[in-house]
Amino acid sequence: MNDLTPTREQRTAALEGMGCKRKRVEDIRFTQGKGNYVDDVKLPGMLHGDFVRSPHPHARVKKIDDSAALKVPGVLAVITAETLKTVNLAWMPTLAGDVQMVLADGKVLFQNQEVAFVVATDRYAADDGINAVIVEYEPLPPLVDPFKSMDKDAPVLREDLVGKTTGAHGPRKHDNHIFEWTVGDKELTDAAFNKAEVKIKEMISYHRTHPSPLETCQCVCSFDKIKGELTIYGTFQAPHVIRTVVALIAKLPEQKIHVIAPDIGGGFGNKVGAYPGYICAAVASIVTGKPVKWVEDRIENLTATSFARDYHMTTEIAATKDGKVTGLRVHVLADHGAFDACADPSKWPAGFFNIVTGSYDFPTAHLAVDGVYTNKAPGGVAYRCSFRVTEAAYCIERAMDILAQKLNMDPAELRLKNFIKPEQFPYHSALGWEYDSGDYHTAMRKMMETTGYAALRKEQAEKRAAFARGETREIMGLGVSFFTEIVGAGPSKNCDILGIAMFDSCEIRMHPTGAGIARMGTKSQGQGHETTWAQIIATEIGIPADNIMVEEGNTDTAPYGLGTYGSRSTPVAGAAIAMAARKIKAKAQMIAAYKLEVHEDDLEFDIDGFRVKGLPEKFMSMKDICWAAYNSVPPGMEPGLEAVSYYDPPNMTYPFGAYLCVMDIDVDTGVYKVRRFYALDDCGTRINPMIIEGQVHGGLTEAFAIAMGQEIRYDDVGNVVTGSFMDFFMPTAVETPHWETDFTVTPSPHHPIGAKGVGESPNVGGVPAFSNAVNDAFSFLGSTHIQMPHDFWRNWKAAKDLGAVA
Amino acid sequence: MIPGSFSYHRPASVADAVKLLSDLGEDARPLAGGHSLVPMMKLRLATPAHLIDLHGIAALKGIRRDGQNLVIGAMTTQHELLASDDVARSMPILHEAALLIADPQVRYRGTIGGNVANGDPGNDMPALMMTLGATYRLEGPGGSRDVAATDFYQGAYFTALEPGEILTSVSVPVPAAGHGYAYEKLKRKVGDYATAAAAVVLTMAGGKVATCSIGLTNVHETPLLAADAAKAVIGTSLDAATLKKVAAAAEAIMAPAADARGPVEYRKHVGGVMVTRALQRAASVAK
Repeated sequence: MNDLTPTREQRTAALEGMGCKRKRVEDIRFTQGKGNYVDDVKLPGMLHGDFVRSPHPHARVKKIDDSAALKVPGVLAVITAETLKTVNLAWMPTLAGDVQMVLADGKVLFQNQEVAFVVATDRYAADDGINAVIVEYEPLPPLVDPFKSMDKDAPVLREDLVGKTTGAHGPRKHDNHIFEWTVGDKELTDAAFNKAEVKIKEMISYHRTHPSPLETCQCVCSFDKIKGELTIYGTFQAPHVIRTVVALIAKLPEQKIHVIAPDIGGGFGNKVGAYPGYICAAVASIVTGKPVKWVEDRIENLTATSFARDYHMTTEIAATKDGKVTGLRVHVLADHGAFDACADPSKWPAGFFNIVTGSYDFPTAHLAVDGVYTNKAPGGVAYRCSFRVTEAAYCIERAMDILAQKLNMDPAELRLKNFIKPEQFPYHSALGWEYDSGDYHTAMRKMMETTGYAALRKEQAEKRAAFARGETREIMGLGVSFFTEIVGAGPSKNCDILGIAMFDSCEIRMHPTGAGIARMGTKSQGQGHETTWAQIIATEIGIPADNIMVEEGNTDTAPYGLGTYGSRSTPVAGAAIAMAARKIKAKAQMIAAYKLEVHEDDLEFDIDGFRVKGLPEKFMSMKDICWAAYNSVPPGMEPGLEAVSYYDPPNMTYPFGAYLCVMDIDVDTGVYKVRRFYALDDCGTRINPMIIEGQVHGGLTEAFAIAMGQEIRYDDVGNVVTGSFMDFFMPTAVETPHWETDFTVTPSPHHPIGAKGVGESPNVGGVPAFSNAVNDAFSFLGSTHIQMPHDFWRNWKAAKDLGAVA
Repeated sequence: MIPGSFSYHRPASVADAVKLLSDLGEDARPLAGGHSLVPMMKLRLATPAHLIDLHGIAALKGIRRDGQNLVIGAMTTQHELLASDDVARSMPILHEAALLIADPQVRYRGTIGGNVANGDPGNDMPALMMTLGATYRLEGPGGSRDVAATDFYQGAYFTALEPGEILTSVSVPVPAAGHGYAYEKLKRKVGDYATAAAAVVLTMAGGKVATCSIGLTNVHETPLLAADAAKAVIGTSLDAATLKKVAAAAEAIMAPAADARGPVEYRKHVGGVMVTRALQRAASVAK
């Protein structure tokens, strides 16, 4: 060795592998406006489609008159349910086992429902055409309140289901009932409550909100009549699933369907399912023989494509008087709107809501979920969370605070007392999950020490005394949240989409010069896969991340995968990448052994190549092995260096975190200030700390928005009143608090690299932290639970109801 | 979110613009910054057949002194208001309020003329103009006339503008040296209209309020001048009892609509709070 020989540290650093704060390679094009999004796709002769939508939440469609529209210059066709019936596409399956109207078939069931699809030579003409379509409606009584959906005299919404006593998930109790799902031991739980020393019960609502990605849902469909091939460019979080769905419902051979998801401007669950726009654009292309583009506007996105949440969770905890929890009972009323279009890749209609026991050692628990129809937009999707996990985390984290208040205990203390202990992992929860790993006490104590939790509580006590003396009109709240996520959908024993197991995949091809391409079944919508996937490969096989190109989103070239949502990419595809890379490495080791003339067992991997044990100068770099793979492989071995892995995870992963929100509220206006927000995340092995930090910032900003005002609201007669960013709270940089991030590392024992996933943790854990802060602020005035969202006027109303404002 | 078709006109003089407006009648709308009109057109709630863009008229631009008044051309943008030293020095409340209008992108485009002429009760400048005693110059087919801001607003989106008339400038009397001022605006986020806002301009003498004017934004179908409330503070040192009385007097004339910003009761209550806070802050900066 001489001075020019790189050190081990230098060689490692050159790879920019796992643990490196590698800058996002995709940002080079994004920050220069050079991304290629669906709306950038412009094909020769392309037409534009747009929807006539219902002004009524519930009405019979008497007549659709398109004669004037067809006379509008540029309008070529008006597609209705009657048109779609000729190709058997008036209805489509949802991911939750229900069916959904593509275009209004006899009735409309929510305001802004798609009624007709106008196809024209440009968007202006399409919109002119929409305004010329005359639809005659007969209004019907709307059903808005989910708590009234199963009343005897409730209007029946789904006439297609009348008389069907069984749905996709078992018996139905009412024409507006979708499913009932129960988990846990009812008898044991009832017994725990019967002998409980202390009990709490609260109806905790998680209001209706929306993922609202920057880019709305859109597609370009192009049908080639000669080849009989359909190409679809779309904002798809799961392109292969879309291809299969299209093959199944359009009866096209799957090899003749090409689905391409180009750059995507955010998904957050909004782009998992199939929407009427996709079907209509495809049919329009088949009918006209021209490519057809459909681009949703913001109002359509907020009011028609899938919402999230609308879960109403009656929650009870049984405990001893010294604060040990002994039982949990939860009943959920789930409002799915007009169709159960919940993106639900599990075998259960309420996803993973049975993670509701959270981070606590509940000896017994029982859960029942009733899904119902209302005259609202269909859904609900998992808005930056694993399926129904954020609802569950909010439910248990609010309930633990309510219990702490009842016991007059500090909420952090109560949590510490009830945490699953490190030695209990793998931990079997009362509702059936096997938690892989965790060290909750360490994370909680680190949060408390770093934030000066005890001092903050002291300050709060002083401020409360000052408030009582009339010296201040500001109250202070501390919001503690300790969440356990369940992500990485998922093991084939638990998870499937339309019967397809939820594995994921990676194909790696190494080129002769020591570069390579990795193709994935996942699809980044901003997560930075092009950066992080290459980092995993870099560490696994010793080729610099810069030399690995990552490609996703084209179903013709990518191996079949189930897409990106539910924080599943790292737990599932991340594992597939590692496994494929290890196959490459195993073959490389055989090639190196042949070239170095030793037995392969005599080789050890050393950062970026193989070295002969005990003979440090005998080394062959991975770069050289790549070259050798194309010209001098051992006799009998096939040339080339590539591998594919399809990974079916043995278990879910369970990221967790400890969050604290410090908030001050002016009772005279309800205006709040987030003084401080601390987020400690444990996502196991950390692939790129900078990307994790970015994910946490983004997720916390969404959590802040949801808890503090973001709401899809309907008035009493079913009009959606939050159809734009004027009233749907989308915080800007000005409103967004400063985020402090921190971490512990508890690797997943069953994941090849120990990673757990992080994208959704901050949304899941952030919402209860904000809500607990507001509730904690008001608790000394006598409140137990104030529903979200906590916008200014509702905070003021809480203060007024509690007698703090005259 | 796609507008219908329309013809576009870009006159070079006020006379040409007035003539176009008169000739084309109700199908024509003048276009200033477009922040209200263009979204309405995209929603097809407004479907003018003709847009008369005022950006080509140089005479509508600029800020100049005219004796004790500051005369601001209607097409002066909020950004230009903010960039004006004269405004910042002589009329700091205008600077403060302009900064609370949306965000820099909006302020680069949004104009004072559009803001005051549209009759939108959510706009910030109308109440401020009433508080400052401003006058609007209107030019129409029959010549020009001046209308006091306090006489201009008749209802939501209804103003004293007659068919064919354009608001060409705003003349604002410069407040007395040493005056106190404040514009207190409660809004949910950047870019939002006020849940309630109050403008106060006052002078102090010997620790007591000598003169006072109070304007209110977005708590009624028109901007309001809270005359009774303003009268109630004269001669007082803004003690707690007075502030309570003043807030009540201001709330008495408010009639906001319930919306996503909150119910009527809340919007009136915070309207009173904004008045109280604006008075206190104005008094604290008065010399």
